[in-house]
Amino acid sequence: MSLFSLREVGMRYNGVQVLEGATLAFPQAQFVAIAGPNGAGKSTLLGIMAGLRPNYTGACLYAGKEVTEWPRRAFAREVCFLPQSVKMEFPFTAEQVVLMGRTPHCDGLFESPEDWEAVERAMARTDTLPFRGRDFRSLSGGERQRVLLASAVAQRPKTLLLDEPTTYLDIKYQVAIYRLLRNLSREGLLVVAVTHDLNLAASFADRIVLLNAGRIVADAPPAEVLAPEVILRVFGVRSRVERGPDGKTWIVYGE
Amino acid sequence: MENRALTRRGFWLAIAVSAGIAAATLCIAPLVGSASISFERAFAGASPDKEILFYTRLPRVLLALLAGGALGVAGVLFQAMLRDALATPYTLGVSSGAALGAVIAICMGWSEVARLPAVWVCAFLGAALVLTLVLGIATEGKRMSSFTLLLAGVSINTICLACILFLQYIATFGQTFAIVRWMMGGIDAVDYSTLAWLGAAVLPALGLIFAKAREWNLMAVGEEWAAARGVNTSRLILTGYLLGSFIAGSITAITGPIAFVGLIVPHALRLRLGADHRILIPCSFLLGSSFLAICDTMARTVLAPTEIPVGVVTALLGGPFFIWLLRSKRRSLWL
Repeated sequence: MSLFSLREVGMRYNGVQVLEGATLAFPQAQFVAIAGPNGAGKSTLLGIMAGLRPNYTGACLYAGKEVTEWPRRAFAREVCFLPQSVKMEFPFTAEQVVLMGRTPHCDGLFESPEDWEAVERAMARTDTLPFRGRDFRSLSGGERQRVLLASAVAQRPKTLLLDEPTTYLDIKYQVAIYRLLRNLSREGLLVVAVTHDLNLAASFADRIVLLNAGRIVADAPPAEVLAPEVILRVFGVRSRVERGPDGKTWIVYGE
Repeated sequence: MENRALTRRGFWLAIAVSAGIAAATLCIAPLVGSASISFERAFAGASPDKEILFYTRLPRVLLALLAGGALGVAGVLFQAMLRDALATPYTLGVSSGAALGAVIAICMGWSEVARLPAVWVCAFLGAALVLTLVLGIATEGKRMSSFTLLLAGVSINTICLACILFLQYIATFGQTFAIVRWMMGGIDAVDYSTLAWLGAAVLPALGLIFAKAREWNLMAVGEEWAAARGVNTSRLILTGYLLGSFIAGSITAITGPIAFVGLIVPHALRLRLGADHRILIPCSFLLGSSFLAICDTMARTVLAPTEIPVGVVTALLGGPFFIWLLRSKRRSLWL
């Protein structure tokens, strides 16, 4: 059964059509990057898929059922949405934030050994164990981002939706996170990430969905999507696209 | 700083310590007062120990325990829901509704409604009316967010306070005094039947709030965060608002508004125990209870035979304690 399938999905917000006619299929586990300039409708699309924006038009099915008709808890065991950042008011520790990912699986007052095992593994994979007991608010931007990702991994969903997962990270962790996302997709997860970084998307994603002004303008493997004329048309930037010996695409901006 | 994730041992230890403090308060507070009494003589039925213990002090301590615990939990609840550590049980307007009801009862000179003090009945109705109004304003279709709830609550709050000021302005001198006294809040000795129905109303509501502790954790981080982790946020906010307002309204109807309990107790506990609501809610109940009962005991004894309004004591005791707590934690935890 196809995981997500979207047909003619649109969204109006205060009289502005922010997304229009989005038809997409996500039949199996893969790593999909959603790219496009600011205001292209990337986050809106992701929010609709996450079931957080119910007033869309068209059809957005998950496993054959409209996302708005899924019970929230059952949906959260299938699909995890990770916001770009969270504003934390209270002294939750990093570990407590990761534990929150287990909520859709938990009954009763305490976590089960299985919950703890999932948390331990998720924190090991995101390299967050060294500061598990620290107040989330005292962590650096990059550390926070990895804790949030650990929480999503601990949730053990079948689909992972991420809104710019590497915004605050330095290069080392940008690459590490993208590698982790690609590995997760190889282990059977559908990973859909909104990103601004075409080069990272080119080197790790299986597929790029390119949005511009609320419409899908391309949906194909990176090598096909990333052409100088497409980048000029969508982003208004001149570029050169190089191809490395390993077949990977590399974009150099400027003349 | 022991600020780790919740374990069985840590949970029961914190509960045991808090329950111990609450139990000690319940045993000691009734013994304190101008007349010295003993449990032995009181239980043996000796006069006046029996009357003082069972009809003056014990009901008052029990009411303080119940009110303090309820306000503590309502504080934690509204703080989580609004994601604001400075929210109180009164932020969303219920108490000013209760106050307006009470002020109307005082100004009209009503003394009894349905064999209950008119002030209680009118205060409760005022709280209920405000609750309905705020809900009506805050809901958009079936959707509801804590932000619209906050805006609606704060505006209704302002309107109620303006009405109170107006009524106070046209009231007689005696009525004005009664109004001011009511607004300070106070614990009085009530009869056991009042305690019984208040407990029967408030305790199950507290239990329901505790049952959703895990979801309050998620809500305390964010609404989308909670929704993406399986929470029906609109329904949870509605439930929390109804339960919290019901608790705060019921207690305020009887005691008047008592400031600081719902603010200081949760905050102090968060510094000690972390932010997990599974432990925060029961401990806020137990220690909120003790805090208010101790404050009330001081209110009736420090300047005896004159009584200090308990709200003055909670503020005078709670404020400096709070400052000390913030100062002493600053090195290990920035706030």
